[in-house]
Amino acid sequence: MELDFPMVQVLNEEGAIVQPAYREQITKELTMSMYRHLIRTRMVDRKCVSLQRQGRIGTYVPYEGQEACQVGSALALNDGDWMFPTYRDHGAMMTFGRSLTQTLLYWKGRTEGCVPPEGKKIVPPSVPIATQLPHAAGAACAEKWKGTKNAVIVYFGDGATSEGDFHEGLNFASVFHAPVVFFNQNNQYAISVPMTRQMKTKTIAQKALAYDIPGLRIDGNDVFAVYFKTTEALERARNGEGPTLIEAVTWRYGAHTTSDDPSRYRDQEESKKRRETTDPIKRVERFMQREGWWDEEWVNQVQGEVNAEIEQAVAEMERYPKANMSDMFDFVFAQPTWTIAEQKEAYLQWKRGMER
Amino acid sequence: MITKAGVKSLTIVQAVNDALRTMLKEREDVILLGEDIGKNGGVFRATEGLLEEFGEERVVDTPLSEAGFTGAAIGMALNGFRPVVEIQFLGFIYPAYEQIMTHAARMRARTRGHFTVPLVIRAPYGAGVRAPEIHSDSTEALFTHMPGIKVVCPASPYDAKGLLIAAIEDPDPVLFLEPMRSYRAFREDVPEGKYTVEIGKGKKRREGDDVTVIAWGAMVPVAMKAAEEAEKKGIYADVIDLRTLYPLDKDLIAESVQKTGRTVIVQEAHATGGLANDVLAVINDTSFFYQKAPVERVTGFDVPVPFFAYEDDYLPTPARVLHAIEKVMNF
Ligand SMILES: Cc1ncc(C[n+]2csc(CCOP(=O)(O)OP(=O)(O)O)c2C)c(N)n1
Ligand SMILES: [Mg+2]
Repeated sequence: MELDFPMVQVLNEEGAIVQPAYREQITKELTMSMYRHLIRTRMVDRKCVSLQRQGRIGTYVPYEGQEACQVGSALALNDGDWMFPTYRDHGAMMTFGRSLTQTLLYWKGRTEGCVPPEGKKIVPPSVPIATQLPHAAGAACAEKWKGTKNAVIVYFGDGATSEGDFHEGLNFASVFHAPVVFFNQNNQYAISVPMTRQMKTKTIAQKALAYDIPGLRIDGNDVFAVYFKTTEALERARNGEGPTLIEAVTWRYGAHTTSDDPSRYRDQEESKKRRETTDPIKRVERFMQREGWWDEEWVNQVQGEVNAEIEQAVAEMERYPKANMSDMFDFVFAQPTWTIAEQKEAYLQWKRGMER
Repeated sequence: MITKAGVKSLTIVQAVNDALRTMLKEREDVILLGEDIGKNGGVFRATEGLLEEFGEERVVDTPLSEAGFTGAAIGMALNGFRPVVEIQFLGFIYPAYEQIMTHAARMRARTRGHFTVPLVIRAPYGAGVRAPEIHSDSTEALFTHMPGIKVVCPASPYDAKGLLIAAIEDPDPVLFLEPMRSYRAFREDVPEGKYTVEIGKGKKRREGDDVTVIAWGAMVPVAMKAAEEAEKKGIYADVIDLRTLYPLDKDLIAESVQKTGRTVIVQEAHATGGLANDVLAVINDTSFFYQKAPVERVTGFDVPVPFFAYEDDYLPTPARVLHAIEKVMNF
């Protein structure tokens, strides 16, 4: 079956374009924009890991190695589209417009990190696995029934395909031709469980057959394959042709979260090897060198800008007003129930008494 | 850590591990299932070393599917096994809720005892460790309300091992809640080998004649701390650790509250529909005329368990419990 779902590449590991059909569209400008987003997401991820180690944010979920999936797919979206991410997709969220400060606030345990920028339909990350897939199907149906051209992208991992919500979301979307792209980041592990233990199928793309929708297997470390194939799937969606399942094959280099120790379940040499061979950023660098677009000075400048952006966001996060515990009571309902109102009042009164 | 012959000094999570190892050795029908429990030894290491010792057929890393492996475990239980499934965090049990509610909990009743489900569902629960969203739920009342399943919640290593073994030997489904926050908080001497702590029996952790403080799981250390503080003010508290949340130890509750006539119940979970209300009902039904003051409940609020930046204001603290103790004393 995996032969029926060959892995699509546009840019290979050596940095050569292997699909001439896209040659024209891969301009210097597009490439530079991709590259900028790729290194931005990577630098942010590394910073977050180090902030966690220093106790300046809480448990953090790193995505290093999966940047091409997140950047390529997020750049394919239109402003009016919806994004339903998981806890690992803050790279995609940032690329689509969530600010760095909000990203940091989320990992600092603040609900302020869940509020999207004005006008952006970025739903907070779904922590319970696969639960966001039916939401995406529904939001897409709503766009369709409202008669818009907006589409929806929803992210999920290889492990998520084992949950009932995966089936329910895809089936619902396919029955109603919902304009949604199911974007799977197959990083080949669900915490410690390898894909071979998660499913008997060798691909995730082939599961699309059961819903009679297109299923596509792409190199998730190839930002151009991700970008063009997601764009095409979104176009199909906008044109009323229904959902698409994309399996982007990738690899997380590091731990599942900052509380995980990957050496317990896999040889981290594999990650080292992949950093050298299939890295999503290195291959764009190779491509730029081949094209004669590589400009050390420009790269330094971009890194400098990103660094400044990061430092500013970290400072903003740390200067942010202290968490206001009233928030926990005030946003549960449009109008607080008497139970919540009384509990809040009693607690505030007690607390004031304690402070005196 | 070995302290004396036949006894080890263990944390709660180690005691859980010890109970599982003991029962895997003791009974061939015991099988463990769950996410990341094998090679990884569980995200909290509760199943550490068990795959190596007992093999892949008895310590099973399952696909990521709570409804799937809980449902499958029901099938195994129907067919002669004693499955112990691990839900990685209580907040991720909800996909399995249907399997538990509509099948595990009522198979015996539907078939007049012909088919039974001797299943144990283990789940770390509770807030206070700065965990990400959804990793801090304490929704035990969703299960104490569910007819046909027992709910157990140890607060100490000794009880964790004895109750888990009792749960595995129990002929009916048991939800076994493990206080995540206390997992490694302290050690206690735990006997080697098999022993049980009876399901349905609470334990008095401290004696006092003035007031009864009732708690379970991660709130037991909070209640104990408050009782120590109260003692400095000359107030002596009975502290009851419920240990089993369904069925409640009615006699132990009644005995204590009839003696003191003043009660504080400490519950981490949301107030409305919480177990504290059932404890209150037991007091009402058994000991109404002994009461010298209205019962106080110190609980979480009727709000979703907040993100961790707000959790210190959500969780009951010794100070809040002490305040309630003084309130019932001064009534
Ligand atoms: C319903 C549910 N069960 C268990 C978990 C705990 N958990 C968090 S991430 C994870 C693995 C997810 O793997 P995958 O879907 O491949 O995504 P990845 O983390 O690799 O991006 C698990 C089991 C959860 N968050 N939700
Ligand atoms: Mg994965």
